Amino acid sequence: MLDLTYDTPKPKVIAGAKHDWELVIGMEVHAQVSSKAKLFSGASTQFGAEPNSNVAFVDAGMPGMLPVINEGCVALAVKTGLGLKAQINLRSAFDRKNYFYPDLPQGYQISQLYHPIVGEGEVLVEMGDGTARMVRIERIHLEQDAGKSIHDMDPAMSFVDLNRTGVALMEIVSRPDIRGPEEAAAYIAKLRQILRYLGTCDGNMQNGNLRADVNVSVCRPGQYEKYQETQDFSHLGTRCEIKNMNSMRFIQQAIEYEARRQITILESGGSIDQETRLYDPDKGETRSMRSKEEAHDYRYFPDPDLLPLEIEQAWVDEIASDMPELPDEKKARFISDFSLSDYDASVLTAEAENAAYFEEVATHGDGKLAANWVINELFGRLKKEDHDITETPVSPAQLGAIIELIAKGDISGKIAKDLFEIVYTEGGDPAQIVEERGMKQVTDTSAIEAAVDQVIADNPAQVEKAKENPKLAGWFVGQVMKATGGKANPKAVNEIVAKKLNG
Amino acid sequence: MSIDTETARRVAKLARIQVEDDALPALAQEFNTILGFIEQLNEVDVEGVEPMTSVTPMRLKRREDVVTDGDQPDKVLANAPDAREGFFAVPKVVE
Repeated sequence: MLDLTYDTPKPKVIAGAKHDWELVIGMEVHAQVSSKAKLFSGASTQFGAEPNSNVAFVDAGMPGMLPVINEGCVALAVKTGLGLKAQINLRSAFDRKNYFYPDLPQGYQISQLYHPIVGEGEVLVEMGDGTARMVRIERIHLEQDAGKSIHDMDPAMSFVDLNRTGVALMEIVSRPDIRGPEEAAAYIAKLRQILRYLGTCDGNMQNGNLRADVNVSVCRPGQYEKYQETQDFSHLGTRCEIKNMNSMRFIQQAIEYEARRQITILESGGSIDQETRLYDPDKGETRSMRSKEEAHDYRYFPDPDLLPLEIEQAWVDEIASDMPELPDEKKARFISDFSLSDYDASVLTAEAENAAYFEEVATHGDGKLAANWVINELFGRLKKEDHDITETPVSPAQLGAIIELIAKGDISGKIAKDLFEIVYTEGGDPAQIVEERGMKQVTDTSAIEAAVDQVIADNPAQVEKAKENPKLAGWFVGQVMKATGGKANPKAVNEIVAKKLNG
Repeated sequence: MSIDTETARRVAKLARIQVEDDALPALAQEFNTILGFIEQLNEVDVEGVEPMTSVTPMRLKRREDVVTDGDQPDKVLANAPDAREGFFAVPKVVE
């Protein structure tokens, strides 16, 4: 397999009023586990159900109810860990994180503070310019999601829906290895891609199935390198945590704003308070969440309702034997097997479905040609109608047939585009359409010669001019193509026109 | 470790239990007595002893990833002091 190597990207530098500053960012990503039932109850995780209909008494925090762990959620967390090349902890344990909020009926969240199920891993974050950042993963733990409060249905009341309460989340914690807003967005995108490949989280950010808490601090150039050398956080600035972001665009904006806010404070001689902040996309600024600060004493302790979670290596191996090909490997293989550019390979592997589609098309002929057609024609066309690959009216076999027709010389590239449009809108077998509608390329030299002769005979004045100025040959080629309805082989036309004009 | 009145007040607040000011000193004293009992445990040498998580040799019970529960909004909301349109209605909490 081709091994992809990248340079390390330069950290983002922000010029303050006095001097330059660099950013240091770490992220806690909450990814909803793609399980059918909740982490500790048999209630459904289905999105969009009637309020409070996906609720077991365990989720509602009813007295005497006991949590029983969903083995499927554990398997998906293990799979995620393996996908991030992380250490799997055969023994992990659950703790209670205590706080009061209306959407948390238990009065505590069951989480894994002391012994997470997954340990250290890594994610390669490509920046699209030949550079990539290796972001270290510190841990992944399983925990319960909270319910949902709706504040705009009544002026004096908040309405609480517990459908999401107790749904399994994986909290994926990175090291502070991210060095700019673009890297933060690219990190989330890469993580999302891996999770979707693995099928362990659907990555739907709009529904909140993937959301991030972003820790931001600033430091003077050189300080970060000292931290990397020693892993001593005292070289870095005090961080603020921006909570609950579920849009890549807002994450970038929030980081940018937050960094500038901190720089302004530091340059005017102030100091940063470590606090939790919220991003307001309407105002484009972050503000302090004071209430959260007061309740910050979570009084964690091991959950007495749950024994430690012990899993067997054999079970982990079984999960490992069923891993899909992951984005990095797939991309490297596409580059080496199909001679694709880094960019094309990235586009085609962005979603597993895209990659599978391309591979099927590529069985019909040249990989590069297949890539061009999938990316430029098909993706372009789908995008026009805001469709994704799962909604394509053109099957891989149909697109493959079009490519075969081009490769055989049956149709020109230009006719192929018309053919693609027909197949896209009307469907049908491409070879048959070409046959029935007379779209076949004319490679018969005598037919082309006849067409060239006709154009020459009809335009004696142009012929004279062309003898003076050979560049005018192009005009004749155009006329011949027009006369043949674009079906003449352009190469043959070029040759014959040149021969006739000079002859 | 010693619990003063202020700590007792804070613990009560975190637990959302209303305690009148004049009851706090006695509460702090009670905490200290409890902690005193627990302090005694520190005298036992547990070097190298695995923390006990269960008195019987049990494995954590698991369930399969199958939907077996739910679809009972009326029961879930039955004890709610205020429920409207299928939701729990609570005093406004907004960040």
